[in-house]
Amino acid sequence: MNPATLTLTGLRAAYAAGDLSPAEVLTSLAAEIESRDPAIGGYLSHDLELALADAKTADLSKPLGGVPIAIKDLINVKGHPCSCASKILHGKYTSPYDATVIRKLREAGAIPFGRTNMDEFAMGSSNENSGIHPCRNPHDPERIPGGSSGGSAAVVAAHTAIAALGTDTGGSIRQPASHCGIVGLKPTYGRVSRYGLVAFASSLDQCGPMTKTVADAAAMLEVISGACDRDSTCLDAPVPRYTEEIGKEIRGLRIGLPAEYFAAGLDPAVRERVEAAVKSLESLGAEIVPVSLPNTAHAVATYYIIATAEASSNLARFDGVRYGHRAQADDLIGMYGKTRDEGFGEEVKRRIILGTYVLSSGYYDAYYLRAQKVRTLIRRDFEQAFAKVDLIASPVSPVPPFKLGEKHSDPLAMYLADIYTISANLAGICGISVPCGTVTVEGKDLPVGLQLLGKPFGEAELIRAAHAYEVTRG
Amino acid sequence: MKIRQVAALARLELTDEEASRYEEQVGQILHYVEQLKAIDVTGIEPTAHAGALFDVVREDLVTGGGLTREEALSNAPMVAQDQFRLPKVVE
Repeated sequence: MNPATLTLTGLRAAYAAGDLSPAEVLTSLAAEIESRDPAIGGYLSHDLELALADAKTADLSKPLGGVPIAIKDLINVKGHPCSCASKILHGKYTSPYDATVIRKLREAGAIPFGRTNMDEFAMGSSNENSGIHPCRNPHDPERIPGGSSGGSAAVVAAHTAIAALGTDTGGSIRQPASHCGIVGLKPTYGRVSRYGLVAFASSLDQCGPMTKTVADAAAMLEVISGACDRDSTCLDAPVPRYTEEIGKEIRGLRIGLPAEYFAAGLDPAVRERVEAAVKSLESLGAEIVPVSLPNTAHAVATYYIIATAEASSNLARFDGVRYGHRAQADDLIGMYGKTRDEGFGEEVKRRIILGTYVLSSGYYDAYYLRAQKVRTLIRRDFEQAFAKVDLIASPVSPVPPFKLGEKHSDPLAMYLADIYTISANLAGICGISVPCGTVTVEGKDLPVGLQLLGKPFGEAELIRAAHAYEVTRG
Repeated sequence: MKIRQVAALARLELTDEEASRYEEQVGQILHYVEQLKAIDVTGIEPTAHAGALFDVVREDLVTGGGLTREEALSNAPMVAQDQFRLPKVVE
């Protein structure tokens, strides 16, 4: 048996049966990574020695005891590099501390192993903005894995990881999960601590599990959720036993279908798969209810003002003073400008410029403040929909994964493909992508994801419905 | 948009080629987001974040647990006398 092909739950069972040791699992994972990852590019680095040292003290009686977890390269793990796939940090930064999610994973016995590729500073939907090397979709290496957590999705799909952590600011967990055929869960804003995540857009960022099954996602979410005294936006709400939702019935659950998410621009083959998945949910006893999210058309514009504004502020910390790259210059201002021009990639600079502009004097009201007001309208759309339904079902991405380079010269076209995922971040609600079949494009079977969106702190219903669907799908 | 002026605010020293490319691309994005101007937002409160609307407070005590000086300096490009070293600011 190749342990790398196991699910997290399967690996735990193998440990319980005494069939495997964490050191054996790590060693065989490392061999898989070395032989197969070069063709995918899902990892930026991995350190077997560090992981084996952690494995020595891993307590197998804990919920995630001995489970290696691949970590998106913007989450700080003490003693590991953290580059955010940016030249401004790559090879120049070793984390001096653990993020809260890492502390919680460690306390549950998990072993952080491997740094996964991503769009630089999480800015992108294709992983083509990695400043280090491209990442490819394991189902068709000519195609993108999605982004920004493209590496985390690709390594789970390729079985060069058991499970991974990703982050989602506008769909960056759900969209690559959909494109790579795995499960990705974006928790409610405030469910999981952001302490130790390199911030992109602080009012939108959340960290969540990317796994082979819904049960695996539930097990990880149960561990990483909960209050944190270093993130004041992380709520002290009780953490339900998400793993107990596995296997529960969904009879009577009301699932909304938003007309705006099944409109023009949706690939017909993707639509067919998603509608078939909704039929399956209905056959399990869920009640399907039409709902409307009338401000959907404004979500992309709203998001790209708010996210870039927050990013321009957050990325001010990369100035060549405390960490990372520093360019040579005679004076301080010159050093800042040159360091940032040399260190940041194209998409990051483009977003910093846009974000700086919409916050600048004379434009703040017209762009940023207006976008915040439209955000209120988008949030209200969901509040009204969730007064009628428990969950909302939709596609994740309007199109199957495209080829590397196909859309790279047109940033706006790329942004528009985020239409079904970004509203959840603006509204602060939770969402999951669960595989719902494939579409055949140029002779290759490419995965399609079903998105389920839940009320704030409604992860339990999300997991229950996603698992019920997963079982029916087979 | 005055691209050089915005880049200066963002402390980005752009090449001429970058400046003209970003000016065009950011211009296209700004054109797209103009659609928000057609929405009636009269009386609508802005949403700054989607979290629950209350403050988290704790006892006003030193809790410790931060980085040591050595850890804080461990990734610095230049260090002198246990401090971050910068190019000269004052003549």
